[in-house]
Amino acid sequence: MTAPDTETTSAVLRDDTAKSGSSALGSGFMVIYQVALGLVFLLLWQGASGRLVDSFFISNPIDVGTRLVGWIADGSLFVHMWATVYATVLGFVIGSIGGVVLGIWLGVSPFTSRLLNPYLNALNALPKVALAPLFVLWFGLGIESKVALAAVLVLFLVFLNTYAGVREVDQDLIDGARLMKATRAQVITKVIIPSAMSWVFAGLKISVPYALIGAVLGEMIAANRGLGYLVQFSGSQFDSAGVFAVLIVIALLAVALNFLVEIVQHRMQQWRVVGR
Amino acid sequence: MIDLRHVSKTFRKQDELVDAVRDINLTIAHREIVAIIGPSGCGKSTLLNMIAGLYAPSGGSIIYKGASVSDINTDVGYMTQKDNLLPWRMVRDNVAFPLELAGVSKSDRAARADQVIKHVGLDGFAHRYPHELSGGMRKRACLARMLLYGAESALLDEPFAALDAQLKLAMHDLLLKLAAENGQTVVLVTHDLMEAVTLADRVVVCTRRPAMLALEQRIELKRPRDVLNIRFTNEFKELYDTLWERLRVEYHEERV
Repeated sequence: MTAPDTETTSAVLRDDTAKSGSSALGSGFMVIYQVALGLVFLLLWQGASGRLVDSFFISNPIDVGTRLVGWIADGSLFVHMWATVYATVLGFVIGSIGGVVLGIWLGVSPFTSRLLNPYLNALNALPKVALAPLFVLWFGLGIESKVALAAVLVLFLVFLNTYAGVREVDQDLIDGARLMKATRAQVITKVIIPSAMSWVFAGLKISVPYALIGAVLGEMIAANRGLGYLVQFSGSQFDSAGVFAVLIVIALLAVALNFLVEIVQHRMQQWRVVGR
Repeated sequence: MIDLRHVSKTFRKQDELVDAVRDINLTIAHREIVAIIGPSGCGKSTLLNMIAGLYAPSGGSIIYKGASVSDINTDVGYMTQKDNLLPWRMVRDNVAFPLELAGVSKSDRAARADQVIKHVGLDGFAHRYPHELSGGMRKRACLARMLLYGAESALLDEPFAALDAQLKLAMHDLLLKLAAENGQTVVLVTHDLMEAVTLADRVVVCTRRPAMLALEQRIELKRPRDVLNIRFTNEFKELYDTLWERLRVEYHEERV
């Protein structure tokens, strides 16, 4: 679970880099260096392949690029990408809703949360990936089992953060509201939930990459489409160029998702005020 | 109205038992204004928390209007020492919170909130968040909220401690006016003897922890009081000096 504090710390760090990066000279040079580093790496890779290391193991950038272009040209890449994105997003949404609802419910019911405590701890300690075969049994080889795996990963993260947020609510605020004749429902909707929001958002933010992990892992275990399936399939065909090509696509997808989260968070911060 | 009978409160801190309040007997009449003064950390706030029903006393009982207080006492307005404004709401929505809880329509509660916000001198700050205000302003927002809640009794825990002298007088004046208008019973915890004598019908002095009643002094100054000038009258000076002398003795004895 992540405290909102870490969120603000990372925001501060990001602000610092933004500041140092905004000095035109520094940022321009840094981008040039970064591009140069990438090019040097590609050249070394191309040079080493077949000479220092068997290209069977590490392929080479030209083959990888050719493979990518081929997949883009015949459109198959987009089918796989869409399957993964769909499972990730749907899993994230389902897991988030479940986690928030469960977190709030247990957060405001001391008896139930104590009752379920050992079981929830056991479930949380369980590597959720181990549930994949079960989901395949229940939901079949289609997209549903991937959605379920992504959702379960997200659910526990969001649940733990929401629960912690609800437990952290300042008792003085609750007492204050109750003294002004707030009903239990009003205390929950007008004090506890708004107060726990920053924790909920922190949980949602850290769980986005896990949704992608769940979807890809699910596809690797049993599927007929998706990036996870594609990387698994390429590997089983001893097609290292294909494996690298898919890894690049997954990495780009992860970067795009993180970027999306940043944008959403920025929007949130504009209309939401946290802290005193 | 409010009747404390042999009230005591013991807290458990780790393995230690801490006596906060010991055997306090105090009867507060309807519409009476009682000021409780005593050294900081002596258990005065604990006393208010018990009247509000936030803590149950460890011994004795608290009778509010003939019934024992056993749960949250929603007949009192309670202004706590630490401000408890909701940090994600603007001042106006904080002040209007009790009306919102009671289901008053949005436009109605905004109008009523703006009126009390003006009363406590916060006009122009209705759309600020609590963290944008000074400590004294937050206290005044709490006061405004309590006024809007309109309870028949008010518990105030060092409400004006963070205010400058002028503002303090204005708030004293406002408090006396509204208490008289609404017929409120007021229990006020303070450090400030001047404030206690200015406002109260009766000043009660607590000892150091555990809080016990050291002495009581009626303040027979006629009402309505002029909070600005009352302190220059001879009666006020006499009362203030007697209390001060007795406090000095009390505190001196404590230390020996």
